Amino acid sequence: EIGCRVQFTEYIQKNVALYQFRNGIPLTTAAAANFTRGELATALRKNPYQVNVLMAGYDKEIGPSLYYIDYIATLHKVDRGAFGYGSYFCLAMMDRHYHSGMTVEEAIDLVDKCILEIRSRLVVAPPNFVIKIVDKDGAREYAWRESVKPDATA
Amino acid sequence: MKLDTTGLESALPLFGANCQMVDGFTAAPAFELPTTLDFDGFQKEAIQMVKPAKGTTTLAFIFKEGVMVAADSRASMGGYISSQSVKKIIEINPYMLGTMAGGAADCQFWHRNLGIKVCRLHELANKRRISVTGASKLLANILYSYRGMGLSVGTMIAGWDETGPGLYYVDSEGGRLKGPRFSVGSGSPYAYGVLDSGYRYDMSIEEAAELARRAIYHATFRDGASGGVASVYHVGPNGWKKLSGDDVGELHYKYYPVTPSTVEQEMVEVSAA
Repeated sequence: EIGCRVQFTEYIQKNVALYQFRNGIPLTTAAAANFTRGELATALRKNPYQVNVLMAGYDKEIGPSLYYIDYIATLHKVDRGAFGYGSYFCLAMMDRHYHSGMTVEEAIDLVDKCILEIRSRLVVAPPNFVIKIVDKDGAREYAWRESVKPDATA
Repeated sequence: MKLDTTGLESALPLFGANCQMVDGFTAAPAFELPTTLDFDGFQKEAIQMVKPAKGTTTLAFIFKEGVMVAADSRASMGGYISSQSVKKIIEINPYMLGTMAGGAADCQFWHRNLGIKVCRLHELANKRRISVTGASKLLANILYSYRGMGLSVGTMIAGWDETGPGLYYVDSEGGRLKGPRFSVGSGSPYAYGVLDSGYRYDMSIEEAAELARRAIYHATFRDGASGGVASVYHVGPNGWKKLSGDDVGELHYKYYPVTPSTVEQEMVEVSAA
């Protein structure tokens, strides 16, 4: 849900940053994922957050990792994950074409295949997509796939 | 403190005076259940019943000369028009406006609260005006903390701060969006159509005001819950200024004046036989 999404994810962001300030070292991806799940679980029986999270991170010793976190506080370490109405299409595409040790070009190609599938099959397909990458150089925006250009003034 | 145990007493009367076995303890305690089939959802149903639908049309857009804000002035309670002269554009402070959609009391109270408790306090404590970003974020956080309690607020915060013109949409679900054009309310689809097709960034103030007025008029024409007076405000670098407040009935005849049309067939008097 829209309100929960912004408020919950900003809350997690700020707490992760706080940990880094207090302790001098950043949280590992696993620790951050477990913290997020803990917050969702605590709120679940009182005032649940309707937010699904895919948390991706890179740690120096472990390498990249991806965590699937549900709105009912499911936590699962996965190679590939998806949420939303288009998730069925994406998961099938990824199951078919994914293999470990893909290059960046192969990975972007797989993402483009998923976006194409969503655009052609989903009635309520969103017009624009952003692709981000997390690796040893940090997290950054890689590319946009836009069908509708945003207004010049926005 | 004597506890009220009337709810625990069983509805069945204890039978017989010679029932010594049951002396000393009453029948199994029972409590009244709500008379509904859906035990988990009946409270939400009650809130939904009271929740006023956002019967209104409000719009705002950013353009070269600032922000244009416009709204209708009809308040409806279901099928009854309770007022044709509601002020739906709320003056938070001399350089910030808020629009009202949803519950009138909720919008008025929280905008006033924003203006006095939040914005004014910020100005006094920090010796500078609060930004539109800041004001809208604080309002969104306040509304989020009341989520699930039945507040109904769909507002746009429009203002001019150090970074130039600013426009945010904030609602009681906790949503907050930054954008160049918004329309909120039951008449918003109609207003969007007119607004989106006529919009250009580099319009003059008069052109933008006319676009806003036209968009509100067309929404009131098609939407039964919108009507009354189309008010148009402009927010510039020196604050807001009310530009016009025209009755939409009069606007209709201004845009579509009555023209005499050719009569195809006329009824004639039949001479009495």
